[in-house]
Amino acid sequence: MKQKHWRALQQAYMVLIFSFLYVPIAVMAVFSFNESKSRSVFTGFTLNWYKSLFTNSMILDALALSVAIALISALISTVVGTMAAVGISSMGRKSRLLINNLSYLPIVNPEIITGVSLMLLFVAYRGFAAWANAHMGADLVPQNIFGLPTLLIAHISFSVPYVIFNVSPKLRQLDVRMYEAALDLGCNPTQAFFKVVMPELMPAILSAFLICITYSIDDFIISYFTCGNLQTLPIAIYSMTRKKVSPEINALSTIIFLVILAIILFTNHMDSRKYRRDQQRG
Amino acid sequence: MVQKKSLAAPYLVWMAAFIIAPLIIVVYFALTDSAGNFTLDNLMTIGRYSTVFARSLILAAVATAICLVLAFPVGYFLSRLRTSKQHIMQMLVMLPMWMNFLLRTYAWMSLLEKNGIINRILGLVGLGPFEMINTSGAVVLGMVYNYLPYMILPLYTAMTKIDQSVVEAAQDLGAGMGKILTRVLIPLSVPGIATGITMVFVPAVSTFIISRMLGGGSNLLIGDLIELQFLGNSYNYNLGSAMSLVLMVIVLLCMSFTSSFDEEDMEGVV
Repeated sequence: MKQKHWRALQQAYMVLIFSFLYVPIAVMAVFSFNESKSRSVFTGFTLNWYKSLFTNSMILDALALSVAIALISALISTVVGTMAAVGISSMGRKSRLLINNLSYLPIVNPEIITGVSLMLLFVAYRGFAAWANAHMGADLVPQNIFGLPTLLIAHISFSVPYVIFNVSPKLRQLDVRMYEAALDLGCNPTQAFFKVVMPELMPAILSAFLICITYSIDDFIISYFTCGNLQTLPIAIYSMTRKKVSPEINALSTIIFLVILAIILFTNHMDSRKYRRDQQRG
Repeated sequence: MVQKKSLAAPYLVWMAAFIIAPLIIVVYFALTDSAGNFTLDNLMTIGRYSTVFARSLILAAVATAICLVLAFPVGYFLSRLRTSKQHIMQMLVMLPMWMNFLLRTYAWMSLLEKNGIINRILGLVGLGPFEMINTSGAVVLGMVYNYLPYMILPLYTAMTKIDQSVVEAAQDLGAGMGKILTRVLIPLSVPGIATGITMVFVPAVSTFIISRMLGGGSNLLIGDLIELQFLGNSYNYNLGSAMSLVLMVIVLLCMSFTSSFDEEDMEGVV
């Protein structure tokens, strides 16, 4: 009897916590179909907010910019980070430890500090460029870099450490003898690397790439300090929340939630299929 | 393997230029005035904002404590489920985290505001309207809501390593609920608790969005102050850098505290 009560209590608690997590999202989804602009009274069903969302050029431009920055920065971060992981793995213990500790900085630092410090760097650069141009008497050094260049630099900076920490463990698990066998069979080191080491690292590199994309698309704070006049999607969302009126933002939330849900269900499905296949193979 | 140290060169250059140099510049700005002369004035001026710093620390600490209390049972219950179910539940915990936190906080704005949904529902039973938004309580709520998954996940991970037979052994030896909690579950999940505390406290103490959206103008936090110095009306890079420096020290202290706590207790247990 006591056991039964305990189970019921346990389930009730879980339901409570999960409703706490999901009710706000559900409310937003419901009100994305609301006819009036009210955020608390449901007056009737409409899809107008979805339609107007897809003609809202501010949102669409911001989305395009976010996707572009995510793809470019993730690509560069993955290449630079993978190279770094390989390089670091061949270093001595001391320098490896030092570099790893420094790489943790952007991960453990509050985002606002990463953002502010990069902003200061770019401001300092602007001063330097002005001084250099004045000295040379010509506009040889680009002065106004706030915008795409600064956003890319910022995103790459906070992404690369995640790549390194994703790829390094895989690199340690790697069997050196495979690589040596490739050399013995006549590969030169570059060939051996791309034919033997890379395929082994590929899953880790791919997941690092995906992590970079999600962090980049989701980042608000660091972009906020380094974007200049450009608007990424989170920054556009922020400016929409300041205006407090448009139910388009609810429509946008609902779409984003559904996209994420679809991605998660899909990867989960793939995982379980792979798991079953591996099981069958024994 | 082969000597490929040079492959790390691009990253090392990048790290020096865009991770280390910016932090050095923050320290430089914090210790100079607008003309570039050395001064400690910026750090001294911070004393004037001690209420804001105190508020940030208190609100973040309260939010962290609430997260810990709420998340502890969740982590435990999750870790006792069947493996296949655990997977799905873990996804369910993570799913809200993947949504942009601005949107999640915005959802709470529409729930809490004066003509918001909660007040309307309460109005049906003849209660309220309550003043919920623009209070420090709303800021804490926003922090708890946004960072709860960061507490649940490490606790859950730590607790999956607790063998059910250990709990049963304690039961067989006559331990009640309270004893099992204080003598078995909490000591064994200390690494998860330490990680969870850092993962909630650090973003909570440095936030400026949650306080702005849910706290109105009257609940400024450290993050708001810093943002005001760099992009807002105050516009004082030197003061802003000094504040950032103090915030960094607070975060480092918090992290060294949790990590030392973690090790000590682990030694006691193992």
